[in-house]
Amino acid sequence: MSGGPAVPLKLRDSPAFKIALSLSIATGLYGVSFGALSVASGFDFFQTMVLSLLLFSGGSQFAFIGVVAGGGSGVAAMTASALLGLRNGIYGMQINAMLRPRGWRRYISAHVTIDESTATASGQSDPDEQRRGFWTAGIGIFILWNIFTAIGALAGDAMGDPKQWGLDGAAVAAFLALLWPRLKGREPWAIAAACALATILAVPFVPSGVPILVAALVAGVIGWFSHARMDEGLEPDVDPYAEKREHGHGHSRSGNGGDQ
Amino acid sequence: MNLWLWILIACALAYLTKLVGYFVPAKLLQSPRIMHIAGTMTIGLLASLTVVNALASGQGLVLDARIGALAAAAVALWLRAPFLVVVISGAAAAALLRLLGWG
Repeated sequence: MSGGPAVPLKLRDSPAFKIALSLSIATGLYGVSFGALSVASGFDFFQTMVLSLLLFSGGSQFAFIGVVAGGGSGVAAMTASALLGLRNGIYGMQINAMLRPRGWRRYISAHVTIDESTATASGQSDPDEQRRGFWTAGIGIFILWNIFTAIGALAGDAMGDPKQWGLDGAAVAAFLALLWPRLKGREPWAIAAACALATILAVPFVPSGVPILVAALVAGVIGWFSHARMDEGLEPDVDPYAEKREHGHGHSRSGNGGDQ
Repeated sequence: MNLWLWILIACALAYLTKLVGYFVPAKLLQSPRIMHIAGTMTIGLLASLTVVNALASGQGLVLDARIGALAAAAVALWLRAPFLVVVISGAAAAALLRLLGWG
């Protein structure tokens, strides 16, 4: 909690700035594995960079290249990526309610509205801190993520068979690590298990990429019928424990149910 | 070339999704069902992506070094390792198992 005074604050004394900076570095470094994995999945350097520059949402980017790597079609990749990015729309609503960006700023802030920038902002109570956290994480991650994507894409080419380095194992680990912090309580576990099972059952019968959509449908149906107030699924993507550590994960904002 | 098209559409959709949030009345955020479905769907997609990346090979299911990566990542997460350590554990496990001649 910042609760800081409204007087001008030195940037390095700002808690939101520090959180945003460490998240930027952790997330940015991870761009290396996106770049390398993307090239290993058959994307060229420019396609990889366009995904990081324009799509700019880690989960969706990995989903896109993951579907294609598994032999899926472009349309299946696009659909998986779009579905996985839906939560960013909800983040957009939250940031808009918090920061009220106007004019051209709104169009820039939309682009950097991702898990980490939203989580950093919503962990703060002071509006100035929210603003600092959002923009530092958003812009910081954008810059570092793209630099490291480029490094990974260029180094990936020279690395030989990426499987030898376990890069496909890195992707498995990354997805599990993104999922893990969301598994709080019984219902999230049940949803994850049901969707994992649905995926396994679907793989032999439908084209690559489609099992993910089957799982999304299963999750959507479960969500439709079980909509007790929940707030899973909206945690920061990168550091599974940042939320608890930095923001004291809790139930203090039951008003909108979106950002704990 | 076809792939480029889908990449660009995916990029446009990603940006529009984010932007649409800024033009939606904040009231909608109070719809518990929409918030809830957004949450369950994220879990479902991530679970599915984990399984697909660990087990699928085209339309087949195979047990190879990737299952070792999954196990190593689970252990690392259990030990509350940071994100990067988890990812490195997964890569190291898969690489090691392949070095030992499996998968």
